[in-house]
Amino acid sequence: MQFGIFTVGDVTIDPTDGRTPSEHERIKAMVAIALKAEEVGLDVFATGEHHNPPFVPSSPTTMLGHIAARTEKLILSTSTTLITTNDPVKIAEDYAMLQHLADGRVDLMLGRGNTGPVYPWFGQDIRRGLDLAKENYALLRRLWREDVVDWEGTFRTPLQSFTSTPRPLDGVPPFVWHGSIRSPEMAEQAAFYGDGFFHNNIFWPADHTRRMVQLYRRRFAHHGHGRHQDAVVGLGGQVFMRKNSQDAVNEFRPYFDNAPVYGHGPSLEDFTEQTPLTVGSPQQVIERTLSFRESVGDYQRQLFLMDHAGLPLKTVLEQLDILGEEVVPVLRREFAEGRPAEVPAAPTHASLRAVQEVSAA
Amino acid sequence: MKLTVVSAGLSTPSSTRLLADRLAEAARDELAARGQAPSTDVVELRELAGDIADHLVTGFPPPRLSAAIDTVTTADGLIVVTPVFAASYSGLFKSFFDVIDPDALSGKPVLTAATGGTARHSLVLEHAVRPLFAYLRAVVVPTAVFAASEDWGSGGDEYTHGLSGRVHRAGDELATLMAARPAGAEPEDDVTVLERQLADLRLD
Repeated sequence: MQFGIFTVGDVTIDPTDGRTPSEHERIKAMVAIALKAEEVGLDVFATGEHHNPPFVPSSPTTMLGHIAARTEKLILSTSTTLITTNDPVKIAEDYAMLQHLADGRVDLMLGRGNTGPVYPWFGQDIRRGLDLAKENYALLRRLWREDVVDWEGTFRTPLQSFTSTPRPLDGVPPFVWHGSIRSPEMAEQAAFYGDGFFHNNIFWPADHTRRMVQLYRRRFAHHGHGRHQDAVVGLGGQVFMRKNSQDAVNEFRPYFDNAPVYGHGPSLEDFTEQTPLTVGSPQQVIERTLSFRESVGDYQRQLFLMDHAGLPLKTVLEQLDILGEEVVPVLRREFAEGRPAEVPAAPTHASLRAVQEVSAA
Repeated sequence: MKLTVVSAGLSTPSSTRLLADRLAEAARDELAARGQAPSTDVVELRELAGDIADHLVTGFPPPRLSAAIDTVTTADGLIVVTPVFAASYSGLFKSFFDVIDPDALSGKPVLTAATGGTARHSLVLEHAVRPLFAYLRAVVVPTAVFAASEDWGSGGDEYTHGLSGRVHRAGDELATLMAARPAGAEPEDDVTVLERQLADLRLD
């Protein structure tokens, strides 16, 4: 099982001192956070893609390429790459390029995004969002799998004898996750192609997550990719930890109360009860995270949101130390316990290349 | 058979709840006359005010609100009563229906009613409440019942029935629609609904 972090890349005022980082500071902080993730033994760093303030990561492969050069093991991913408004030709090229630079330590998570105005900024129409997601992904798959593509569709100019360059490393396309919060269509797309499904459950009650993952697993089997338990599932999580749980609550509360997503709404106590948010001791985080398995079955990837709502970099790095040193080692051990041998591991470049070599032989 | 009453009154006791109870009683009497004995649930929105605000912020209902929404969406008939605020339904009343799935009330018989200080507000039922439920594709009974303060102490006059006459006519209309509906099918779970949506957009 893989453990890692995902970031939205928001520039948010720190409610405890009124300070807002500059874009430059935030971008550098994201890099520092990624490097820390590798240092403390996490497996994955994923960045969001946004094209409007207060978010900074508009160019994920630029950032991930830089991080790739400064890390050895970390898998670089996205959360999410907009399959609706990005040209699939550019996605194919950018991520194949990144794959080469990172020696295969790359996968990506596709999503439809949640910002309506982004569509016209890239010449698209939000009313066609679903159709864009379908057509763009179908083309993206072909561009990575066929050296020469002839293609004609609805949303972009036709391609004739087109070769996307560079070709994927070792001829192995990056593994694709489909990320979704509430669209069953993305779960269906993941199931249809036998790709991974990441449910960003962090703002949702467990029974919603269970239904979405069940749907994906059932459709994965329906489309002939294996049994329910062969499907590849990822979940989000959101935690804030201190040795004493009351210290964690006291320190995190002002960030919670003013957070852009849920601030000024439910109490911290209600929200931690109703969603995966866990604020407390490392042991509480361990127990809560282990409980996810009861909702969705054995799964492959757990990403935590650690750097949002104006938390200062120093605090985030401390949190990553706790996560890497006290939480994840225990999670690795506990999740391995009782995990049936046939449950697949999260696909990596090496595992996909091995599968390809076997099927070619 | 299940009748659900939604009251957006804010004081305790409230005239909005009083009107809601009288309408429920009238509908039950009329259903009894048709050989039906519905169960009745009352949803007091005042008790859910914080939960409704939280749902607007977070996008999902806390457990108590979730149960109230189920009570409304699984009913065979609805009675909805709001006080008149600033020429329309109250914000709390609207917010509650804002957080219910817009398809969840399709075809459901609904009796609309409102309370206010003066009968000059009575057309709020026709220019605000009825269009809201028309948008939700509910079946709104012809008689909408408005109770002004003065209605509680007076009978009819030569132009109109008194409040109790309007209450009984509306109750009768709701009972007729509810009795004519096929016996409540088991509600579909969300996944069943999702699967059908997916079947409609099968990727190929």
